[in-house]
Parts: sequence; structure tokens; C-alpha cells
Amino acid sequence: MMGDLLTVRGLTLATPDKVLVEDLSFSIAPGERFGLIGESGSGKSLTSLAVTGLLEPSIRPAGSITLAGEEIIGAPEKRLVRMRGDAVATVFQEPLTALDPLMPLGRQIAGPVRRRLKRKGQDAGRAAVAREVQTLLEQVRLPEPERLIRSYPHEVSGGQRQRVAIAMALACQPRLLIADEPTTALDVTTQAEIVRLITALVEDLGIALLFISHDLAVVGQVAERVMVMRDGRSIETGPAQQVLTRPEDSYTRSLVAAARRFDQALEGQP
Amino acid sequence: MSAESTELPPRRRRGNATFWLGLILVGVIVLAGIVSFFWTPYALSDMAGGRLEAPSAAHWAGTDRLGRDLFTQLMIGARIALIVGCGAVAIGAVIGVATGILAAFATRFLDDALAAFFDILIAFPTLLIAMLVVAAREEASLGTAILALGIGLSPIVGRITRILTKQVLGQDYITAARVSGTSWGAIVYWHILPNIVPFLGVNLALQFGLAVMAEASLSYLGLGAPPPNASWGRMLQEAQGTVYTAPWGAVLPGLALFALVIGINLLADGLRDRFDPARRDG
Amino acid sequence: MTLMSLENVGFAYGPGRRVLEDISFTVPRGANVGLVGESGSGKSTLLRLMLGLDSPQQGRILFDSAPLEARNRHYMQGYRKRVQAVFQDPYSSLNPAHRIGRIVSEPLRSLKVPGDHRRMAEEAIASVGLSADTLDRFPHQFSGGQRQRIAIARAIVARPELVLADEAVSALDLSTRVRVVDLFQEISEKMTMVFVSHDMGVVAALCDQMVVLDRGRIVEAGATAEILRNPQHAYTQSLLASIPRMPEGPVAL
Repeated sequence: MMGDLLTVRGLTLATPDKVLVEDLSFSIAPGERFGLIGESGSGKSLTSLAVTGLLEPSIRPAGSITLAGEEIIGAPEKRLVRMRGDAVATVFQEPLTALDPLMPLGRQIAGPVRRRLKRKGQDAGRAAVAREVQTLLEQVRLPEPERLIRSYPHEVSGGQRQRVAIAMALACQPRLLIADEPTTALDVTTQAEIVRLITALVEDLGIALLFISHDLAVVGQVAERVMVMRDGRSIETGPAQQVLTRPEDSYTRSLVAAARRFDQALEGQP
Repeated sequence: MSAESTELPPRRRRGNATFWLGLILVGVIVLAGIVSFFWTPYALSDMAGGRLEAPSAAHWAGTDRLGRDLFTQLMIGARIALIVGCGAVAIGAVIGVATGILAAFATRFLDDALAAFFDILIAFPTLLIAMLVVAAREEASLGTAILALGIGLSPIVGRITRILTKQVLGQDYITAARVSGTSWGAIVYWHILPNIVPFLGVNLALQFGLAVMAEASLSYLGLGAPPPNASWGRMLQEAQGTVYTAPWGAVLPGLALFALVIGINLLADGLRDRFDPARRDG
Repeated sequence: MTLMSLENVGFAYGPGRRVLEDISFTVPRGANVGLVGESGSGKSTLLRLMLGLDSPQQGRILFDSAPLEARNRHYMQGYRKRVQAVFQDPYSSLNPAHRIGRIVSEPLRSLKVPGDHRRMAEEAIASVGLSADTLDRFPHQFSGGQRQRIAIARAIVARPELVLADEAVSALDLSTRVRVVDLFQEISEKMTMVFVSHDMGVVAALCDQMVVLDRGRIVEAGATAEILRNPQHAYTQSLLASIPRMPEGPVAL
């Protein structure tokens, strides 16, 4: 398809003695919310690392990944670093390990803000950066921004940390946001808030989303289109509504049946 | 969990090569030590050759200042190094493992006190502690040297045991064992020791090397096994005056020391890999 | 008939670190009771108290009409025979140094249960759907789901009356989770179960009674079906509303 933001064609990831992802193809249009569903060992997280060019050196990629018109596979590190700031940003599962424990949250958000302003040749002075940080904190709906910018990661709740991580990702003004199991470490009530926040933000800002999760219901709430992965291969791709209600593949059917069973239990049906 | 593991290729092949190299190095030295009980080329104090002879068919490692055979001394030195290493590590391990486990199980106050005690003792060089023990015993003997080195090593072992035990105590299988009605004694024996020994073993091998070298240093200072015991350290000490004219007198015991220390470490690494169930069956 | 009851139980990990306050509920014999709460609700501490690993500072726990004496070794020996547990992380709950046979038969050995331990372990491992040769292998040779089955075999090998499960399916993949939930359902027909979980869906599928905890207090307790249909407390309501549901529409599987 022409004009896709991300196009993955025949992606294969392998170590010298094991194939981890095999012949994977999918694409994400600008502003589209795409979900990647898979259980552990399905290769979904490796796929997201490949898109950002962050694979371990022992894993060899083959095939093609084009992001905003540029090829990722085989690209020099210097270009990848620029792409990571410019085109794509990632939010990970555990914000506590993704954030620097020894740096106040405000300065952690200011880092990517300053880099972007400099890259774009804009005013990267103190006041300009502080203003941007303030806007970002409002965007991710963090309460008491004054107190928060001076706090350290361990001083705030898991949900707030994840909001800070999202703010840092948005600070780059990426065209694609990758969220890799962003709510798995959170409580149910917090998860619901973060899912709503991510969905609303990408919609408002026109950012495309690659949302990775093992939780079918969460992906169903976020994504317009989904791909189901198993053992490094794509099993089924289609509109979220269709895949999660009328799956074609037998593995997807078993996953959907399992998820619906707990749903039905909640409706009081044994 | 959902984090995907990207397994690295097993380190088995490399592990095997180092294991065999370690086994050969240690095996040769152990063999030399055992044979020395029954046979040596010459008697230890037999001044059979000329002074400071270079290695030859009659004296494989040359002779010392008094014309005594150096190969004989190296063989007896191997025996002493092994006795000192094993003895000191055994003493250090018994004291260290016991106090380390005690600290891990103790109340917060006792644990902190023991941890601080270990750290303070570790701040003193093992050699200094050993010298104090030798001074307290008022005589230098092989037994004193072993005891001294064992005590000197014990806080290092104690500190590592404490940390390893705490890690194991945090595992769910310990809680599961308590719920299964397993007593604390049985938990130590069945659950803690099997899971700390593989890591401790590697560290004890390191301590073995330290003990052998510390004994050499004690002997070098004249505080180790007294003559006629020919430890490698004493050989080094005696060769120091002639190191330029007859370098083999210093180089050979130095090499022997080096081979034993490296060999033990490689062997311990290999043994850990072999006895770890997760690695054994790949 | 009541198997276990908690009366005004309170617990703190030191001054100002109160984790449980005034907890009272009963576990009827033969029932499946779910303890639901998010992180910080005190549910794991509550489970430790019920296992006799810690003692409540206020109130008391009655088991089979007699107080649970966590510090009485003789009493606990008998209690352990009747109450067993399954933990959350199947990777940390099995000692990697031992074969499965030794792991599964540990309660039999420690509690000096008479009989042929090997045969009893074989029966337990068969009843969780694994083959007898499992007993001769090591934990690392099994997947997360299989390990959890092994942990369940250990919990039921001494034929206890009560099994306490702490987030026992939370670490498992969805397809594995369904099968382990089925296994728990099967086992619960023969014994009483208390299921601690943050996952309302799992508790709904397994438990006929439910206790909802929030910040160390019970906010709601009763029949699961009733709470799901008509939650009374605002916390329960928000918890239920937060659970992500599958998209609606005609389903064809």
C-alpha cells in the first residue's frame, strides 16, 4: 500500500541456531492504531525491537522494514538514533526500569524535548523547554505538575510513572508510538486509565500506534486492526472487531474462546 | 511472563574445553604431590649436585644455592600447596558458611552486626590476619599456617554465603517448603545448600588460589612451614638473590603456583556447569 | 459448616505500616472463596496469616473451630497436613536443584505421612494431567503451565482439606491459564479452596464466594454472582467497570 508509515516485508529474525521470527509482513498507515497480539515466545516484542533497530547484535534481521520511507534493516546506527527521536518512540512494560532512578522526572522529560528543539533548530533555552515539559505533563493528565517534576521515579505510583514515560515518548513528537505491554505491570483500574489516555492521545495528535499485548480485550479496546502472532509467525491479520469476534484461524479461535470465557464468568455465566 | 527470552547459545562447548584444561593442570600437580610421598628424584636435603646448576638430565629443574635438586623441591612444594589450599579452604568454608547462613537467618540487628563484622575483617588483608594468628601461636608450623589462612578466608566466604542465602530465602520454593511442613534445618540442607554451593564452589576455588598464594607469601616472609618443608613460597624466597644468575629457581615455582591457581579456577567453573541441572541437560 | 473463619484480624509490618484492618469472613467447608484486591490491598499478607507464616496482631483465625496457633510447632505439623498452598511464580516455587519426584513428595516426607511416597506422588502427578516420568525430571525441563501443575500436585499430594492459591494463574499465558483454571475447578470438587487474585475474571470463573479487599479492609463480601450482578461498594463498581471486555457483536467460534 502506498503512503504507509511502517511497512514490514518478509521480516525474519534469527540467532545462529534458532529462528525467532519468520517471514513476517504487515503495515501501519499514518494515524492508524495497530494491535499485535501474542503469548510469551510469540516474537511480538522482538518485532517491536526490530522496528526501532534495537535488536541484540546476536540476532540477525533479514527482510525489510521501512519507517517513514527509510529502511531500518542495515541502516547505520547514526541514522537509527535520529529515526528513534524523529519517527518512532517506545513505551515499555515496566516504567520503573525504563526511567532513570537518580534523576528528577522533570529533567527526564526535558531531555528529549531539548534534543527535538535543537534538531529542529528552534529555541532550546531553559524557558522554552520548561514550557514544553509543562504542556506534556498536561497532555498526559498528571496531577500537581509542580511537585511531579521534582519527584524521583520511586516517589510516584506505577500509573504516574507510565504517564511520565508516555510524556517522554511524546516529547519526541514521533509519527509512530510503540507501546509494548504498557499496562501489564499495572492494576486494573490504572490500566483502564492508561489505555484511555494512549488511545485519546494518538487520536488527538494523529500519531500511529503499534500496541503490543497478550491481553486480547485490551488490544480490542485500543486497536482498529490487529495481527495475531504465534511462535514467530503471523497467524491472522484483520480488523480488530472481526478477529476478536469471528476469528478464522483455529489458534486465534482458542485464544478468543479463552478470553470470552472469563468475560462470561464476569457476566455471571459459568 | 510476557517478556520474551532470547536465549543465547549454550556455553557448553567452551565450558568443556576449560574444564579439561583445568583438570589436566590440577591433575598433574596432584599427581606430583601424591608421588612425592613415595618417590622423589633425590632426598630433599641431599646436596647432590653443583650449586645453581641449570636444568639438565640429572636435575630436571636445576639445583639451588646449596646444590639441592629443585625438581624434588617442586614435587614436595606441590604436596604442601595442596594441603595448605584444601585445609585453609575447608576451615574457611566451615566457619564462613556457618556464620553466613546464621547471619542470613538472624534478626535484623544480629545480621547487621555480622555483616559489619565481615566487612571489617575483609578490610584487613588475609595475609595480615594470618600473620597475627601465627604470632599468637608463637611458632611457625604448617598447621598454624593452615589455621591462620582458614580464619583469614572465613569472612570472605561468610559474606558471600550471607548474600547467596538471602537470595535463596526470597524464592517461593522456600515458602512452599515451610507450608509443606519442612523444618528450618531441612530447609538449609535440602533447599539452601544445593542452591548456594554451585556459586560458592567457584568462589571457594578462588579462595583456594588466594590461600596457596598467601601461604607462599607467609613462607616468603619466613612465617610459613619451617624448613625442611619446601613450599613454593620458600623456594621463591631462596631464589630471590640469584634470580638474574639462575632464573629457573624463581620462574619454575612461580609457574607451578600460577598453573595451580588457574587450574583450580577453570576446574571449579567447569564443575559448576556440569552439576547445574539446567545446564547439564541443555 | 465453617472450615476457617477470621475474626477482626489486623496486621502491621511495624508502626505506621498497617496492612490489614478488622478483617472478618468465613470459609465454608467445600466452598471456593475468592479474595480479590489490587496491589496494596493486603491480600498477600492475609494469605500468609491464613498459612500460619505470620500471626495476626489483632483478632484471631479459627480453623475447624480451634484457633490457628502459628507458633506452636506441634499444632502446625497437623495444620500443614490439612492446609496446603500454590504460589504465583511457577519459576520460583520449584527448587531447581531437585527432581520433580522429590519436589512433589516433600510434604509427605516433611509431615511424615505414612505410606508409599513414590506411589502417592505418581497419583498426584497423574491427577494434574502429567505423566509418571515427569517425576524423574528437573523443573527447568517444563513450561510455566506444566510447572504450575507440578506445584498443584505438591499441594494436593498429602490430601489436604484446604488449598490456598496465591495468584496461581496470573503468570500464565491465556491459553495455559484456561486449562489450569479447569484443573483447579476439578480439584476444588474434592476440597475447599481459597483463591487470592487481582483478576476478577478468574475469581468469577472459579469461586462461588468473593471477598473484595481495598487498602487492607474488606469493602464487600458475599456470593460471587450477587456481587457481579449488583456491586454495592463504589470500589467494587469501579473495579468491575475497569476490567477490559472483549468487543461485542455476533460471535462465531
